[in-house]
Amino acid sequence: MGFRQDHLLGIEPLAPDEIREILDLADDYVALSRSADKHADALRGLTQINMFFENSTRTQASFELAGKRLGADVMNMAVAASSVKKGETLIDTAMTLNAMQPDLLVVRHPHSGAVDLLAQKVNCAVLNAGDGRHEHPTQALLDALTIRRKKGRLHRLSVAICGDIAHSRVARSNLILLGKMENRVKLIGPPTLMPSGIAELGCEVYENMAEGLKDVDVVMMLRLQKERMDGGFIPSEREYYHLYGLDAEKLAHAAPDAIVMHPGPMNRGVEIDGTLADDINRSVIQEQVEMGVAVRMAAMDLLARNLRARRQAA
Amino acid sequence: MTTLTNLRLIDPESGEERLGGLTMADGMISALHEGIGKGVDCNGLCLAPGIIDIGVKVCEPGERHKESFGSAGQAAAAGGVTTIVTRPDTDPAIDSPETLEFVARRAREAAKVNVLPMAALTKGRAGQEMTEIGFLMDAGAVAFSDGDHVVANAKVLSRALTYAKARGALVIGHVQEPVLSDGAAATSGKFASLRGLPSVSPMAERMGLDRDVALLEMTGARYHVDQITTARALPALERAKANGLDITAGVSIHHLTLNELDVSNYRTFFKVKPPLRSEDDRLAVVEAVASGLIDVICSMHTPQDEESKRLPYEAAASGAVGLQTLLPAAMRLVHSGHLDLPGLWRALSLNPARRLGLSSGRLAVGAPADLVLFDPDAPFVLDRFSLLSKSRNTPFDEARMQGRVRATWVAGQQVHGAPL
Repeated sequence: MGFRQDHLLGIEPLAPDEIREILDLADDYVALSRSADKHADALRGLTQINMFFENSTRTQASFELAGKRLGADVMNMAVAASSVKKGETLIDTAMTLNAMQPDLLVVRHPHSGAVDLLAQKVNCAVLNAGDGRHEHPTQALLDALTIRRKKGRLHRLSVAICGDIAHSRVARSNLILLGKMENRVKLIGPPTLMPSGIAELGCEVYENMAEGLKDVDVVMMLRLQKERMDGGFIPSEREYYHLYGLDAEKLAHAAPDAIVMHPGPMNRGVEIDGTLADDINRSVIQEQVEMGVAVRMAAMDLLARNLRARRQAA
Repeated sequence: MTTLTNLRLIDPESGEERLGGLTMADGMISALHEGIGKGVDCNGLCLAPGIIDIGVKVCEPGERHKESFGSAGQAAAAGGVTTIVTRPDTDPAIDSPETLEFVARRAREAAKVNVLPMAALTKGRAGQEMTEIGFLMDAGAVAFSDGDHVVANAKVLSRALTYAKARGALVIGHVQEPVLSDGAAATSGKFASLRGLPSVSPMAERMGLDRDVALLEMTGARYHVDQITTARALPALERAKANGLDITAGVSIHHLTLNELDVSNYRTFFKVKPPLRSEDDRLAVVEAVASGLIDVICSMHTPQDEESKRLPYEAAASGAVGLQTLLPAAMRLVHSGHLDLPGLWRALSLNPARRLGLSSGRLAVGAPADLVLFDPDAPFVLDRFSLLSKSRNTPFDEARMQGRVRATWVAGQQVHGAPL
């Protein structure tokens, strides 16, 4: 059937075969990235603009590298610092950029749904690099690729997602992707950080790490934002670490070969024990970063193919 | 003098509809006739009292590009609304007799329907000091409301209610726990969680209602809730009524005909305040209208320009226009079997008139000839650019609807429709 999307706005619109297609291609790009000549020309002649309305170092660098490895001309725009302060609306900014004839637009925005809105107004392929608390599709895809390579499959696994689910777009995208690929998903976190009605999405909800982690194959930790730590959602950082921070003792409840993941950047000693994060036998955090570049290469390649086909048809 | 015949007369007072005719003279209904007789043959169309819409925002003063008295009056006439009760949440707020007089003058000059202004309950709608309730009533204010601002300070509200009670003024409140609902763009639950939208528990509405009911028990004021939209608030309303408090409640047509899932992919025309609710809540509120627990249906007409809606959902403005879509949308409740036409018109015209002490809202000899002639079944697909409001932010764009207004009269003068 092939990858049928014009944009990558979330995991929700993707069918399982489309997810597999991205991951299969990403496997090839992992090999390319590990080779001596890291260049391909899938995006040659195309212009990629990274538009980040929210600060980001890692994701932006990953998208930039992915575009460059495939031969695109890449431009970074830190929009948070520029026109928005002058009162320009999101649509105006998008229209201005659109006039520069980009082919791929990578957008991060603090408001849920902002990237969807923008995609309606431009005539290039849009990739969501995180919108509010809604979705972060390339993160879920890179997590999926990491799991598939480590576990040999992406179905019938038991996966725990732990921490601040309520404010996490990473959790939402992963929850949807893992559900689509028929895995058992367990959400673990304090009830103040659990979104309402989330159990209706077909996952299990736990307030206790020992119970939730029992026999899971994959443990995904989420970052706890600093501003949520003091009294508002949880009593204190140290109580959170005591109850929900991942350490060797809590991890012992998981399957003996369970892998530990984190989307980064980590708060060592808050949601995860530093030694555990560095344990190469359990932690796959570095692989996640590597897979991130490959998955973004694959996603942009597939979107560019559809874009070219669309333009040719027009 | 005009006589219409071959009509389905919708009488909310008796709760019946019958075939007959009606004569209007000198702005009044002068006679009602049984059966088909002389006069203009209306081919069995429905004739009902004109709709009385409590809580319409006309954006004068301040934002006339969004809606003026002229455009709001045209939209109302085309929608079968013969009396609009305007909100004071303009810029500046209508909180002094001088501003109110400006509004009344503009309304007289420009609007082709009856305009009854509300005034703010507190100065600048800031919830700190009460307005000049006495002077404002003298200037024509029919009710006092801070719009969707909750008077958070219970002491301020209790004093304002006590004072309003002494003046016999009607206070219209927006029931929400203000801190809990701060920043919310959706109702908490599966949908809001999936879309990653900041949300509020439906319980915040009941908390707001509970507080205001307690203050009514304390002060004995006349009070109307602008919108009850959740199942959880209904028992509290029922108890307050059973305890003999002078309380009535309304609901917007949007909360009766749409639910949270209609927001779909962040469609900001569906962003209203309070946010759309679950289907269970919607059905409970429809039932409450049918049983009479909720007294009034309103459009909660809130014009917004394209710019303020073309933003990410969280940042977009709240509100939807409704004057012209109120009747066809309300007909959905009839076509679905939840209400009959006289029952619907109790909530659209009779109850609002009674609450405001108006002689209109009835099909009775001696009542003002404020009337709407409509075809309850005529199907159409709404094109938002056909609306007469200056703003076209309707959630019913491209919706299939049934029920079209054929003619509207205000005080015996036809203000909409082909001449009969």
